[in-house]
Amino acid sequence: MQKYSAFSLLRNALSGHRDWQPAWRKPDPKPAYDAIIVGGGGHGLSTAYYLAKEHGLTNIAVLEKGWLGSGNIGRNTTIVRSNYMLPGNNRFYEWSMKLWEGLSLDLNYNVMFSQRGILNLAHTPSQLDDYARRGNSMRLEGIDAELLGREEVARRVPGLDMSPDARFPVLGGLLQPRAGTARHDAVAWGYARAADARGVDIIENCEVTGFLREGGRIVGVETTRGEIRAPKVGVAVAGSTSQVLRLAGIERLPIESHVLQAFVSEPVKPILDCVVTFGAGHLYISQSDKGGLVFGGDIDKYNSYAQRGNLPVVEHVMSEVSVMLPFVSRLRLLRNWGGIMDMSMDGSPIIATGPLPGLYLNAGWCYGGFKATPASGWCFAWTMAKDEPHPLNAPFTLDRFQRGYVLDERGAGPYPKMH
Amino acid sequence: MRIHCPCCGPRGVAEFSYGGDGTVRRPDLSVTDTDAHVAYVFERENPRGRHVELWHHIGGCRHWLLVTRDTLTHEITRVEMAGRFAGEAARMPGAGA
Repeated sequence: MQKYSAFSLLRNALSGHRDWQPAWRKPDPKPAYDAIIVGGGGHGLSTAYYLAKEHGLTNIAVLEKGWLGSGNIGRNTTIVRSNYMLPGNNRFYEWSMKLWEGLSLDLNYNVMFSQRGILNLAHTPSQLDDYARRGNSMRLEGIDAELLGREEVARRVPGLDMSPDARFPVLGGLLQPRAGTARHDAVAWGYARAADARGVDIIENCEVTGFLREGGRIVGVETTRGEIRAPKVGVAVAGSTSQVLRLAGIERLPIESHVLQAFVSEPVKPILDCVVTFGAGHLYISQSDKGGLVFGGDIDKYNSYAQRGNLPVVEHVMSEVSVMLPFVSRLRLLRNWGGIMDMSMDGSPIIATGPLPGLYLNAGWCYGGFKATPASGWCFAWTMAKDEPHPLNAPFTLDRFQRGYVLDERGAGPYPKMH
Repeated sequence: MRIHCPCCGPRGVAEFSYGGDGTVRRPDLSVTDTDAHVAYVFERENPRGRHVELWHHIGGCRHWLLVTRDTLTHEITRVEMAGRFAGEAARMPGAGA
């Protein structure tokens, strides 16, 4: 791998930028590997990287139906945080945060991780009480959390409607200073390049069309580029989880696929230097380095495999953002898009062995997959290498619904549209 | 997206609330096999394509509807009443007299 540094930048500038190597190879699939990961998004690529780095498994392939990072890794609103309340969740996401903090150095690739903080606004006294409880739960796990009053919120975010007659007056907020944003495409490219450098084959335009079985065991996959055999097959395909596992004969899962829309405004001068979430509805917004306001709200709330959304949600999100930050109503929208979320029945993910011997499952990320990318890959790699979960992902089993150990952060019940 | 309510006619999707997969059936409470109850509460086929689902016309007649919709194209091919009015279907555009 060509190492990136200030020196390499200077040297390549002097030679007219003609000597840069491709960031990863484009190999043809081999007939067999030690492990296969289905899905070349953030979670699949980070799994491959940590399998190679932490477990010495380098004879592995990542199979991607389209082009690398064409799914949700390039469709999210780039937010990274670990402000969860339940210990099963916040330990995992805090490990992800720690991996994020060293990620650019680890990958030798600038993922533009910016710890600008995330501020959850509170609009009622009971919501502030709830934030205090969540903040305390975080601090018990060693995660940073600060409860802010109204004046401090107004000082930090000048664009907010803090008028006394606001439709939803702001009373305060919960701040996680170490949260922030990262450049999402760079995360996919950085993991791909670092995995490739350790010998991982990343195979694009290779759709899995079936699974190979011997006895009751999965021993490989059929693809549009031929059969590929491996004793371990990991599936990390987000919204397509039900579709892919149906090929293995798994007809029903605790997952529904829903479309989530995201939006970016025209670029403007710096106005918002942290991530802010609206507390009286569901809205999260930040400003990219290019100046665009990046924001999103609810899913469309019905099963969908279409990577585009409907207009009522667009209208809903726009009304929320213009109530919270009135200046946004005068900006033009640059573009919006949709991605397919694997909404689980309790709002928490699945990183587990099974559901068949030789098969491993990474799914159920709901809206929250991007921030989890490093820890998801790290834990999934552990699970695939050792055939048992790491303590960090031990709660994320597939059979927790059967056993009554659901991890329902929002307390919304078995309704995927509510998580 | 527009849903042809058998009672109210074609209405915008914002008038409706989604009720999820309309094919799951709650097992009788005398069934002691937990797998049947787990399947009802938690497990879904989640197809890409034809999906029979429940919608509640909350901003209209408040009837529950069984809607057959394609989850990839959003094309709706059948809408009928659920519950005690079951069987009464909307006349869909292009379906003839």
